[in-house]
Order: sequence, then structure tokens, then C-alpha cells
Amino acid sequence: MTMDNGQWTMDNEMQRQQGTSVRLDSVGKDWDPKILVFACQYCTYAGADLAGLSRLQYPTTTRVIRVPCSGRTNPQFVIRAFQKGFDGVLVAGCHPGDCHFSTGNYFTRRRYLLMTRLMEFVGMDPRRFRVCWISGSEGPKFQQVVTELTDAIRPLGPNHKLRDTELSSLVGGIGR
Amino acid sequence: MKKVGVFVCHCGTNIAQTVNCEQLAEAAKTLPGVAYSTEYKYMCSDPGQTMIKKAIEEHNLDRVVVAACSPRMHEATFRKCVNGAGLNPYLLEIANIREQCSWVHSDKTKATAKAEDLIRMAVAKALKNEKLTPSVIPIHKRALVIGGGIAGIQAALDIADTGYQVDLVEREPSIGGKMAQIDKTFPTMDCSACILTPKMVDAAQHPNITIIAYSEVEKVEGYVGNFDVTIRRKATCVDPVKCTGCGLCSQKCPSKTDSEFECNMSQRPAIYSPFPQAIPNKPVIDQEACRYFKTGKCKICQKICASDAVNFEDQDELVTIRYGAIVVATGYSLYDYNQYGEYGYGQYPDVISGLDFERLVNASGPTMGKIKRPSDGQEPKTVVFIKCVGSRDANRGHDYCSRACCMYTAKHATMVRDKIKDSQAVVFYMDIRTPGKNYEEFYLRAVEEYGVTYVRGRVSRIYMESGNLIVQGEDTILGTQILVVADMVVLATAMEAQPDAAEFARKIGITFDQNNFFNEAHPKLRPVETFSAGIYLAGACQGPKDIPDSVAQAGAAAAKVVALLSKDEMATEPIVAEVNTNHCSGCGFCVPVCPYKAISLKTLTERVHGSVAWGPAGKEITRQVAEVNKGLCQGCGACTVNCRSGALDLLGFTNEQILAEVDSL
Repeated sequence: MTMDNGQWTMDNEMQRQQGTSVRLDSVGKDWDPKILVFACQYCTYAGADLAGLSRLQYPTTTRVIRVPCSGRTNPQFVIRAFQKGFDGVLVAGCHPGDCHFSTGNYFTRRRYLLMTRLMEFVGMDPRRFRVCWISGSEGPKFQQVVTELTDAIRPLGPNHKLRDTELSSLVGGIGR
Repeated sequence: MKKVGVFVCHCGTNIAQTVNCEQLAEAAKTLPGVAYSTEYKYMCSDPGQTMIKKAIEEHNLDRVVVAACSPRMHEATFRKCVNGAGLNPYLLEIANIREQCSWVHSDKTKATAKAEDLIRMAVAKALKNEKLTPSVIPIHKRALVIGGGIAGIQAALDIADTGYQVDLVEREPSIGGKMAQIDKTFPTMDCSACILTPKMVDAAQHPNITIIAYSEVEKVEGYVGNFDVTIRRKATCVDPVKCTGCGLCSQKCPSKTDSEFECNMSQRPAIYSPFPQAIPNKPVIDQEACRYFKTGKCKICQKICASDAVNFEDQDELVTIRYGAIVVATGYSLYDYNQYGEYGYGQYPDVISGLDFERLVNASGPTMGKIKRPSDGQEPKTVVFIKCVGSRDANRGHDYCSRACCMYTAKHATMVRDKIKDSQAVVFYMDIRTPGKNYEEFYLRAVEEYGVTYVRGRVSRIYMESGNLIVQGEDTILGTQILVVADMVVLATAMEAQPDAAEFARKIGITFDQNNFFNEAHPKLRPVETFSAGIYLAGACQGPKDIPDSVAQAGAAAAKVVALLSKDEMATEPIVAEVNTNHCSGCGFCVPVCPYKAISLKTLTERVHGSVAWGPAGKEITRQVAEVNKGLCQGCGACTVNCRSGALDLLGFTNEQILAEVDSL
């Protein structure tokens, strides 16, 4: 899991330029990324529950935050997650057209297209972030997405890019 | 100082086999804010719940976290439980360590670590939880049924029978809908009018039903329990109070136009009732057809009317009425087969639709019930029926099956064989679908007793040859081409949404599917509700349906309405958006984002203290701020993300709460 084996990412490059002390080499092969999931309670959260009911196994990498609608997920929540050291973030909701609230996931879709561009701009590897649609009947898809995302993030190593150790003064516009 | 209690459930072995519950309970004790923590085999059981209540009292807990199954499973149970111990139910949080942890992982160490995190998140959120109280909205005890077909009539009758006032709005001059045009009903061959018209009379005479005919819904404002509906009463030019319904005006009217009710196969006067049994049985003037309105001369009807009921000055009138609940029963329309080039683009008069056939065979129809083909009035000997015209045809029509066509085609074919001596009925079909009580038997009777010929295959072309219609198709069972010389062809055209269905749905605030049929809240478990509380669906506006299904759905919708109206007031879910007016800049960006039109701008007048840039201190200023209507807000939170100044927040899922969850890890 080093940079020689073709896993050359923008993220790694930035870290080297900035002289970050933690090298990917220092992470063991069985390193598990930490992934935060924002799941809409009508579709994806139900889909994740269905994965459980069907006893579908997936890595223990995810922590799910239930939101009423994927449209509730403020991009600042995602940034905060990266700041707090999550290695990946998944925002998941109902399929377009199926939103319980009619239009919420359309906002999600537009917002996060932009968000992905922003992440590229600030030098975050966009592979750490994903938006997808998982319905309440798609337990297997939840399993698949979590597994894929874990496998995709593992070679990228821990997220250092936005990580902030003294967070308190940041993210001023929200949560007051 | 907030005191959180953490209760870890084993769920028998469901959780305990992959998660070390004792360790979890111990670890939870070290979390900030946690004052008490324990574990138990079945937290949702009676002893488990008693344990929680006791702990709340003994340890003065003011927040509770239950680490158990999904909140979708038992959140309501535990909310009730903590409420029993005097805690506001919204001070509870659930950590989902079953569906999203123990059941999906097998490594006990890792699963326990994850469960610990999940509890940590729940505790962090719980510390930010605030008491939420459902607000109460009054229920206005009057129902509106939109659409006076069989579904609307049935819904109105069922609601009215329980004692509530119902208004039945119909855009045509009479209620009755499509069923009034139908001759007989499958599978019993009951005369449609004989079973429908008594219901129409019941509705008209019911003390709790007001029929508002020749009217359309113009605007719907408000929310469940309190809809303010603006109805446009179209000008009828006939005073309904003075008119006795004698019908003399219609007899003497010199202007004639095609009768919609008779599928344009006969003419009606400009002052008309659509059919003899119409309800209300008061004529209206069709201004587009009326000679007076076109030329300024005539007024024969006015001169002849003994009760002086005709009033050419009549204008459309808008009335706004408040309703507690709305049933949408706007019905369907039929696919226009003129789009089928191979069936003659509607150029052959003897190629007709199923509904045309209903009028042809109806005793009060244009031919007095004698089946005569439109072109020359001859009795057709060979009648070909083609099914799935516009249904199950993604290229030119709709993907879906229209459900009723197999049955009514069998009915039509039976009637041809029954009414015309030495006749032949040939049905071209793709599949035969008879899912209903006595439906299969009905179809078999058509084949076995009435000798209807069924040919499996589609018709590729209809053309004229020496005055005859030649129907060319394929018999896919025999694998041969066949030609049928037909005297008349009847097309089973697809049921489709009303042409203005999408526009109507937007007007009243419900959603519709790719075919413009209105969406039910859940395809299986909430088939008559919409996503908008207080608005229900009945009949074919929700999807193709036959009469029994429409009637059943109407009854179900009525039951929902009655359940709603039976309460004086209802509690609304307190998870709604809230505006901090101090932060709100009044930019109005949240207004169009809201799918429920729950946000509006209001003007705030306040006294400014201290000196401000825009005026002297102590002056009163007015500014715009957003306002959330708690009755309309469904709590999606779309507005909160859109708010530039962070003034909007979603109670129960506040920015603080979600960020606390993120930060806890």
C-alpha cells in the first residue's frame, strides 16, 4: 500500500508537498477507513435496515447519521466530517423521483455535483466522497456501496487534507 | 447539568452474539453527560421498559439513549416509555446496534467498537435534544370530493352517511362520470345506469351532500384540516332555483353541436343536460355553441322559459370554502387512437373506440340500442375487437396495462353475438387478463357459450377494400397471417390520466407518476393517501381501475376522511423547520425550495435599540422575515441547507444535533 504501486492520488501528493508527517506506508494493510454516512430515513436508512434484516455482511467502517431527507445534509456537515478526520463520506437518499418529500434529493444531486468540484479544487481526492441513491428495498445495494467505498478509500490511506485538530473556531456560520 | 441514561439491549442473542453488551454498558458510563448505564436482555419488553422508567426516576435522568434495534422499529415504543416516566418523548435517542451493526458484522471486537461509536453519537445528539411539543391544529369538519364519477359519488355518500358535510364538485353539468356512458357492467351484465342513477339520486337528496356541478377547483391553499379551496362555478346562464328542469328550452334550441356524452355520434342543443337522468337536472348553456352568444340574436330559450330562469348575463363565480379533507376522484380519459396510423388515423368511421361502442349498444344512445355502424347505419355482421390499443405499447402509448379492457372487450363481443343474428365477433389480443371475482368465468362464457373467436396476435393494419374494412393481423399461435373482412372494428383504447392531471396535481399540491396518474403515499400500505396530509385518492385518477375497485377505493378514502374529521383537532409532528427571525435576512431563498409551500415571507415590525446604520436609534423598522407554517411543514429540512444566514433549522435534526454526532467520533 505505497505510492509506488500506482495508487498515486492528488491527496497523497498534496500531503507530500505540505510535508505531512504521516505517510501512507505507516498504515497497516488491515487499516480500516472511517466512513460517515448521511442516510435519508425513508430510503437509505430503511435500505440499511433491510441489509441487516437480510444479514448481509459489510465492513465495520461506516457510522450512519439518520437525516429526514438527503436534502437536509448541509455540505458543511460533510466538510466537518472531513475536518474531524473521517476518511470518507457517503450521502445517500432516495432515487431521483422517489423522494418522500417530492424534491429533496434533486437539491442533493445538484448541491453535491458542485461539492465534488469544490473538493477537487481544494485538493481532496473526490473518491473519498460519494452520493448515491439507495431505496428502502435495496439492502444489497447498501452492502455493495459500503463495501466498494471502503475498498476505494483503503488505498488512499487516512485523510489528512482537511483534518483539523483545533476545530472549535471553525465552521462559524452553522450550528450557532 | 444534563443527565443521560444509556440502555443497551441484547435483543435475546440478536445483538449479544456479535456485540459485547456488558462492555458497551461499561464504556457508556465514561461518555460525557452519561449518568447511568445498564444492559438488559429485552429492552422493549415490559420489564425492560419498567427498568428504563425506574432508572429515569431514581437517577433523575433527563435524556435517554436506547441502544437496540432500528428506530424505525421501536422508536415509538421507547418514546411512549420515557413519556410514561415524565420525560418529553423527543428527549430520547436510539442507537441502531442491531440492523446496522450486530446483524451485518461478524467480528465481535470490531462490531463492539462500532456499537460504542453509535452509542457515542446518540449520546452526543441526545445532549442537544430539546423538548418538542406537537402543535395542535383544528380540523374543519367539512369534506370536499373533487370529481363526480362513481368513485366521487361513492366517497361523498360514505362520508355523508357518517354525518359530515360533503361538497361534491363536478366540472360537467351532471355527475355520473364515465359510468353514466357505459351500457352494461361486467361480469354481471347489470345495466350501468340502473345501478348508477339511484346512487346519483341518493347523492342529490342526501341532506349532507351539496353537489356543485359545472364547477372546477381553481386554487387550494392551506393544509390538513384547513384547506381553503377556491371553486369556479362556471356560468350556466340558467338560474338553478327558478329552473324546473322541464326541458322545453332544449327542445326548442336551434343551435346544435356534437354531444360529448354520445361520443360525438349525435347532436345536442346548445342549452342542454348531458343525458336524461342528469343530476342536477338543470340545463346549462354552452356558450361556444349558443347562437345568441355567437351572433347576438336568438334568445329563444329565454322567451320560451315559463319560469324566467334563463339569464344571459350570468358570469363565472369564484367561491372559497374551507374544508378539513379532500378526496380527489378526477377519473381518467381515454387514449386517442387517431395516433395509430395502421388503424386509419381515425379516418375510417367504422373503426370506433370501446366507449363509442357502449353508446351504440345503449338503449338511450344515438341508435336506441341497436348496433348500427356509424358509416351507413347498417347492422355489422362481423365485428373485430382489438385490445391493448395504447396500453402495453411503449412506442406510441403507455407501458402499463389498462386492466379493464380484457373484460369489457369480452362484454362487447358477447353483446355483439347476443344482439346480432348470424354475427361474428373476433378478438385480437396479446394476453387475456381476468384478475377479479367471476372475471375468468365471464371470459370463458364469451368463448364457450357465445362463440367469440379469440385470436392471439396484434393487428398490423386496417384498410378499406371495396367498401369493406380489411383487418390484417397475425395469429401467433398458428403462426399465420390472417385477414378478416370486418364491418366494424372496436378498439380497446387505454385508460390514461386526464389531460390536465399534472396541472391539477400541482394546483392542489399532490404528486403524480410518469404517466400523470396521482401518486399514493405507499403502493401497498397507504393506497388511498397522498403525500399531502388530508388529501386522499379514489378511482382511476390514481391508476387504471374498473368499477368495483374504484368503489372500494372510494370507500377506503371516505374512511380515512371520516377518521380525520372525527377529531376536533390533530397533533402535528413537531419535527418542523423553525426560523430564527434575528438571523433571517428575508432573502426568500427558502420559499421556492419548500415542496409544501409552507414558507412565506412576513413583515416584521420591531423597535431598533441603539444606533443603526439605516436610521436613528429607537425607531420602529419593518423588515421581511421567513415564516414557517407548522401545519404544512413536513420536516424535510431542504430549506435549512438553503438558508444563507443559518436562520432556518429543523427541530429534532438541528445543525447542532447533527454536528454533535459528527464531532463525537
